[in-house]
This record gives sequence, C-alpha cells and structure tokens, in this order.
Amino acid sequence: MTTKTISRSVYGWVDERLGLSELGAFARHKTVPVHAQSFWYYWGGISLFLFLVQCFTGVLLLVYFRPGAESYESVRQITFVMRFGWLIRSAHAWSANLMMFSILVHMFSVFFMKAYRKPREFGWLSGMALLGMAAAFGFSGYLLPMDELSYFATKVGLEIPAAVPFVGTAIANMLRGGPEVSEFTVQRFFALHVVVLPALFLPLLGFHLWLVQRYGNAVPPSEEARPIALRKTIPFMPNFLRKDLAMWLISLNLLALMASVFPWALGKQADSLVPAPAGIHPEWYFMSPFEMLKLLGNVLPGEAGEIAGLLLFTLGIALWVLIPFYDVSQERGRRSRAAHYFGLIAVFLLLATTAIGYWTIR
Amino acid sequence: MSEIASEDTKLTPAAEEGADSLTRRAFLVAGSAAGACYAAAIGYPVYRYLASPSEMALSAPAITEVTLKDAQKLPVASVLMFKFGTRPAMLIHHQDGTWVALTAVCTHLGCTVQYEPEANRIHCACHGGVYDSNTGANVSGPPPKPLTRFKVAVGEGGVQISRT
Repeated sequence: MTTKTISRSVYGWVDERLGLSELGAFARHKTVPVHAQSFWYYWGGISLFLFLVQCFTGVLLLVYFRPGAESYESVRQITFVMRFGWLIRSAHAWSANLMMFSILVHMFSVFFMKAYRKPREFGWLSGMALLGMAAAFGFSGYLLPMDELSYFATKVGLEIPAAVPFVGTAIANMLRGGPEVSEFTVQRFFALHVVVLPALFLPLLGFHLWLVQRYGNAVPPSEEARPIALRKTIPFMPNFLRKDLAMWLISLNLLALMASVFPWALGKQADSLVPAPAGIHPEWYFMSPFEMLKLLGNVLPGEAGEIAGLLLFTLGIALWVLIPFYDVSQERGRRSRAAHYFGLIAVFLLLATTAIGYWTIR
Repeated sequence: MSEIASEDTKLTPAAEEGADSLTRRAFLVAGSAAGACYAAAIGYPVYRYLASPSEMALSAPAITEVTLKDAQKLPVASVLMFKFGTRPAMLIHHQDGTWVALTAVCTHLGCTVQYEPEANRIHCACHGGVYDSNTGANVSGPPPKPLTRFKVAVGEGGVQISRT
C-alpha cells in the first residue's frame, strides 16, 4: 500500500466515527460578508490569538513562579536569572494589554454594527461575561509579582467592592484573605488566575465561538439595507482564514516588538511601611472607572459619593449588557439610533475619563 | 504572486484550484521557510528558558572537595549523610575505627541508600540492592555497579573528603 492509500483509509476510519467530512463541508460552505466595515471582523480572532499567547506564556511562567510569600523573589528570578525569562514575562504582560485592547475594539464594533440583535443575544451576553473575566484575569495577574505598583493597585482596587453597603467589607476581606493585602492575597489571586478563571473562561469561550459558527458574521444595518443579491461574501476557507492568519501574524510581530523593545518592568518589593510612590495609577483599562469614581467623589464627598458611583456603574453596565433586549429593531429606526447614541456617549465617557486620569497623574 | 492578487476579485473556491502549480509550490516553500523561522525564533528562547536550571547546574564549578566540620567526632558504627556537590553521599565511621566515604546514590535506579550498622552493610530500600560498607562493592540485588569511593582525610577540625 502507498502512503496515500494508508492515510486515506485512516481518514476514512476516523471520519466514519467522528464525521470529519461534515466539518469539512461546513468549513467549505462558510462565508464571510464583504463590505465597508469588514475590517472589524478580525478583532474577535485577534483577541482569540492573544488569549492563546496568554495560555502559552502563562504556562511557561508557571514553571518558575512560586505564589505566596516568595512570589516577588520568584518573579525577580524569572526576570533576571532565568534565560529569556524577562521576554516571556514581558510577552505575557504585553499580550494581556493588547488582548484587553482588542476585546474592547471587538465589543464596540459589535455594538455599533448592532451584531447583538436576534438571534445573536447569547453571543453578546457571553462576550460581556468573557470581557468581565478578562478584567478579572488582569486584576488578579497584576498582583502576582507583588512589587510596589501591584501591591497598591490591588489595595486601591479592592476599595471598590469594599464600598458596597453592608456586605462590602466582608467581600473585600474574602478577596484579600484578611484585612490587608498580604501573601494570602497573592496565594488566592494565584488560584483565581490560573485555575478558577481559566476553568470558567474556556468553556464560555467555546460557547462564544460555537455561536459564531452557528450564526456566522452579522452584517451591519447599512448592509442589511442593500438587497441580498448585491451583498458580497468571500469563502471562509481559505480566503478569510488566510486574512485572519495574516492578522494573527501582524499581532505576533507587534507583540514581539513591544515585549522585546519595552520589557515589562519589575518594581521594588512591596512593603506596607513604604508610602505609595508618586504618580501611581491603575492600568489603562481600569483608568476610566477609577477616574469616574474620583470625579464623582469631588461632587459628592464621602460615602454618599462611593455609593452613588457604584449605583451609576451598575446601572450603566446593566444598560450596556441588556442592549439586545431593548434595541430589538431590525431596521434603522429611532430606537436603533438611540442605542447608537448610547454607544457614542459610552465611548466618549471612557476616552474622556481615561484622558483626564492620565492628565491628572502628571 | 498572481494567486494572492486574485484573492479579492475571484470570490469562489474554484478560483484557487486554477492557480499555477509552480507559483503554488514556491508559495508553499516560502511559507514553510518563514514558518520554520518563526518556530525557531519562539522555540529557542523557550528552550533556553526551560533549560535554565540545568544550565546553571552545569556552569557551577565542579566540586572536588568537601570539608565536614567536626565530623571527626562522629561515633563509631554510625553514618553522616552529606552533599558532595548536588548529590548525596555518606561518611561511615566503622566499628574498627576506619573511615569510609561513598556516594549514597544507588547505581540501580538512583534511590538514596542507607548504612545499616547492625548488618554492617549498605542497603537500598527501593529494590533491595546491597553494597559492601567498606568498599562500596555491589554485593547482591539489582545494582549493576559499585558505589564510588571518596578519599577521606580525618583532621583536628573536621573530615576532608575528595575525589580519588
């Protein structure tokens, strides 16, 4: 028998049991719409690629990282002793930031293309849950090196749940593992970061991707207005896939550039007796809520401001998450336009408060 | 290159089939070469990163001599376990007053062996290997080779152990 007949019979055997040819047929028939906004279709894939980079570099860091009291020492060792440890740590940190950015771009593009409408409500909801978990990944991972910045960032960040009336202190203590950020906090953030969050994230990501296969790419309202005969598509295999992979390659190159030219720093070891360093500020993706709370605190000082801030956040996020249920219009009507303005206001608020945040730390 | 340029205009998979086979081969070769470069650029740092501990162990200066402080006070028919470099070793003070130093790593599958003063033998609990406690010779059981002996010099302040 030749190699060809062997591989064909092996394929036949597996195909008979797993239905590979159905998958192949599905992939051949899958198409992707082509229009003026097609560029935004890449951002989900870019987010996925950067998530895979996170898994890979995360496992590598796990090889030498020791949580608990030794965490700073082990990160110092990874950064300065292990060969290329600085690069792997830097790639993990940079990829986390780039992933956060691409997820946000993906979310806003879905929002403005109104891709959350029927039948894609679950895609939107699972995406929002994935974004929330990505933020939790970022917050928990930021503490792990236990340097000055991560210590104070966690200390300040946990003041937000602590402001919840009645149960806030209990929640914050549960997250911290005591009244202060300590090695217990690192240990439980580590458990969250490498076990709990991945265990929740991966199945939900699978669900999210399955929905994309099931319903395909949504077309924006401007495209919906055109007759079906005039709409253009390209096959997913291999045309769109090739472009998708090209985007992954660009992402990989950008990541390699950032990680090696701007290696992620490691500050001084956290010490609760040392005052917070000047100019300390949250990561850029937490800057906006941080600044909103600060601005609101100026208007409404004290506990009233904190509670009002939390209420406003909760309301804003709830409105955002529930958009598929009140913006149900299938054509470009008035309600649809209201959602559009809501999105524009959200983008403006995020950008403005982030800018103010960076402006005022200088 | 014609294949790539045609991508946006020809919108059916059938367009792919007609691509020039030579161009296709050149594309595949260039693609594989680029892929190999990326694999190497990622694989090399990852390999060096994972190999760091073994590299550090290799680059550490090789130990040829160990001084055990106050080991001359070791009572007869007893043993002192110590590390010669990275590996466990044993210093035995025999009933007749002689001193013997041996590696304590079983030559069979690497368990740490034990000196048994009542039987005056060295025994490996893992698979029942037995060594002579004076020479380190493998006496019975699975060990294929004897335990390596060190040179012992008993002094006022301690016992000096060196490679023979």
